[in-house]
Amino acid sequence: MSEHVIQRMKDLPSTHLLGSGTPMCAGCGGLGALHEIYDLLGTRTVFVNAAGCMTLLSVYPFTPFRGSWLYTAMASAPAGAQGVRDALDILLEHKRIPPEDDLSTVVLTGDGAAYGMGLSATSGAIERGLDFLYLCYDNEGYGNTGQQFSGATPHAARTSTSAGARGYSGEKKDLFSIWTAHRPVYAATVIGAEPLDLAKKIEKAKRLTGPRLVLALAPCPTGWDFDPQQTVEIGRLAVRTGIWPLKEYLDGKVVHTRVPHPRQPVEDYLKTQGRFRHLFEPARNEALLGEIQARVDAYWANVE
Amino acid sequence: MTRVLLTGNGAAAWGARLARVDYVPAFPITPQTEIIETLARWYDTGEMRGRLTLLESEHSMITAAGAAAATGVRVFSATSSQGLLYGMEMIYTVAGWRVPFVLVNVSRGLASPITLESDHNDLLAARDSGFLAIVCATCQEVLDSVLLAYRLGEDPRVRLPVIVNLDGFTLSFTREPVEIPEAARAADFLPAFDPQGISFRASQPSSQAVAVLGGTPYSYFRYETHLAALNALPVYDEIAGAFEQCFGRAHPAVETYRADDADVVFFMMGAFATKAKAAVDGLREAGERVGLLRLRLLRPFPEARLRALLAGTRGVAVIDQNLSNGKGGVLHTELASALYGMRDAPLLASFVGGLGGRDIGAEEFYEMAAVTRRAAQGGVAPAPRLLYTATELREMRKLQAVAAVERLETGGGQ
Ligand SMILES: Cc1ncc(C[n+]2csc(CCOP(=O)(O)OP(=O)(O)O)c2C)c(N)n1
Ligand code: SF4
Ligand SMILES: [Mg+2]
Repeated sequence: MSEHVIQRMKDLPSTHLLGSGTPMCAGCGGLGALHEIYDLLGTRTVFVNAAGCMTLLSVYPFTPFRGSWLYTAMASAPAGAQGVRDALDILLEHKRIPPEDDLSTVVLTGDGAAYGMGLSATSGAIERGLDFLYLCYDNEGYGNTGQQFSGATPHAARTSTSAGARGYSGEKKDLFSIWTAHRPVYAATVIGAEPLDLAKKIEKAKRLTGPRLVLALAPCPTGWDFDPQQTVEIGRLAVRTGIWPLKEYLDGKVVHTRVPHPRQPVEDYLKTQGRFRHLFEPARNEALLGEIQARVDAYWANVE
Repeated sequence: MTRVLLTGNGAAAWGARLARVDYVPAFPITPQTEIIETLARWYDTGEMRGRLTLLESEHSMITAAGAAAATGVRVFSATSSQGLLYGMEMIYTVAGWRVPFVLVNVSRGLASPITLESDHNDLLAARDSGFLAIVCATCQEVLDSVLLAYRLGEDPRVRLPVIVNLDGFTLSFTREPVEIPEAARAADFLPAFDPQGISFRASQPSSQAVAVLGGTPYSYFRYETHLAALNALPVYDEIAGAFEQCFGRAHPAVETYRADDADVVFFMMGAFATKAKAAVDGLREAGERVGLLRLRLLRPFPEARLRALLAGTRGVAVIDQNLSNGKGGVLHTELASALYGMRDAPLLASFVGGLGGRDIGAEEFYEMAAVTRRAAQGGVAPAPRLLYTATELREMRKLQAVAAVERLETGGGQ
């Protein structure tokens, strides 16, 4: 494995490629991560998008992307990437375009599509060995339609379809493991609030060929109910409390790129967000808080 | 030019081969599978140059087809029935991308109940999608229509994907003599694909299929697609003319058979029109002035042509191999709207038949002609008829009775 070019914060790109003035909410953690990622991937890319908040980045006749863009549908962005990749390969093979005209295919999808409706298309693309980067911004719900719970919603979170006293009764699905079970060339979790860790992973992913997952936890002020200025802090807390493990999968092995030590109690993270307020008010729900903490402890017990 | 025995599926594959398609996203479904198997073999042996990718669903298959066409290669795909419906979100979507490619649909009845044999409800579910649609009645026509469809869809005045339809079993698995054009002639008729600026290239970044906000831009693009589809009417005639010059075979938007002096005509589409022709011959021998109009171009709908062809006709027996539940035959509605307000318009009689591969017998054609003639004379349209014989009903009742007895004997539930 070659040396990363990015070692320190000052190695991060200083020019910013993604235009501003998008209709995303202020403090959108997904957009923050996308800014960082786009600066590294560059403009020789075609972003194949699944229905979600990010679909509104490109609204006729404007786009913040300096490279290319194709909106598909909610379920089939990976198949769109397949069509583009196959077509580019054919054009290159037949020498109908010069090698400089090649593009990298990037799927840009929310968690609702990635953990649910789009899973079959994603699994198919991985099994076919499609050369693509799969970028999922995980705001833990169907954000664009008003934050109903999705397969990525964490236990106990209040969403517009789990507004009861205990919040969402299900468990957050483990998309990272679903991906690694397919033995892709690369998979990583990232968060915009840790730009150096993110950049190192994107650099790595960029140089590999084959199916690659980049799963970004995307603090969402609108869906999670917090003040937009808290996005970065909440992102950091997600890492420090161990709720969002930063890790990567390469050559069949999972490595944690950040092991929080000591780990802050999960409630430091939970209490920053309105979607967990019912765990603290009107009375502390010790049982549920304990359950969530125990689950995070159990995860790290297997790592440490 | 070689003349060989080919199934409809084989003819579709040959059409794709002669069109030199670069890319085939695929998914198996009876009765279509032979098409993609044939193409897969030709790519493997190097008889064709390009790539076939087996997707995990038709939804993905249509997405990949549209995305590849949007990247600038010539794309072919094929499906049927449940597959077409599974991909339906993307059928509508990619039509709006204005990317030309050809999708062969091998018609098969839709669930429920699940079945294998043909009718046209699958095709008609895509009627309003923006895809153009050519409906075939012979294996030769399938091959020819694939070539025609590429010329039509890729025309700068059109730029739309095209469905070429053939009936499951009756065409897909039936061998007929088919003339396979020489590759060079086919290439003369259909030049290499010109993406006309619709592509993804590093040197020319582009955004495709972007969202719109509000009814004004939305209507603009929807109207554009509609106007392009309407453009396809004269363009089709032009291209069919060029095809006839090149290959000597005429494929008009509406095929007419002994219809010139007919006072009653059958109006229908698909392979069962061959049966209608035989019935027309029989009726002509009996001295009746009966003919046939077979709709080849379902979209765009050749309204003016139909009005012209039906001027002077007294009655039309519209035979629908489809059923819009709660309304009736779809072609009947389509034709009625096309003729509405026409002076001395013929009277329309609606018949639904041939669902899920059910045969339409010669006697039924004779009866439909007679009913239509009587109605035209009386000037009152008859109630729509669902073709079903007393024998069929008796057979169904027998099956049900046998099942009931079996259940009783074996002590199952009531
Ligand atoms: C087939 C289909 N069903 C439903 C929708 C409505 N829809 C649009 S975006 C969206 C939510 C997507 O959630 P996610 O993937 O998490 O992205 P986010 O909105 O959170 O960015 C839904 C349900 C759709 N566009 N297509
Ligand atoms: S709802 Fe959340 S994910 Fe969507 S744009 Fe707003 S902040 Fe971003
Ligand atoms: Mg989401």
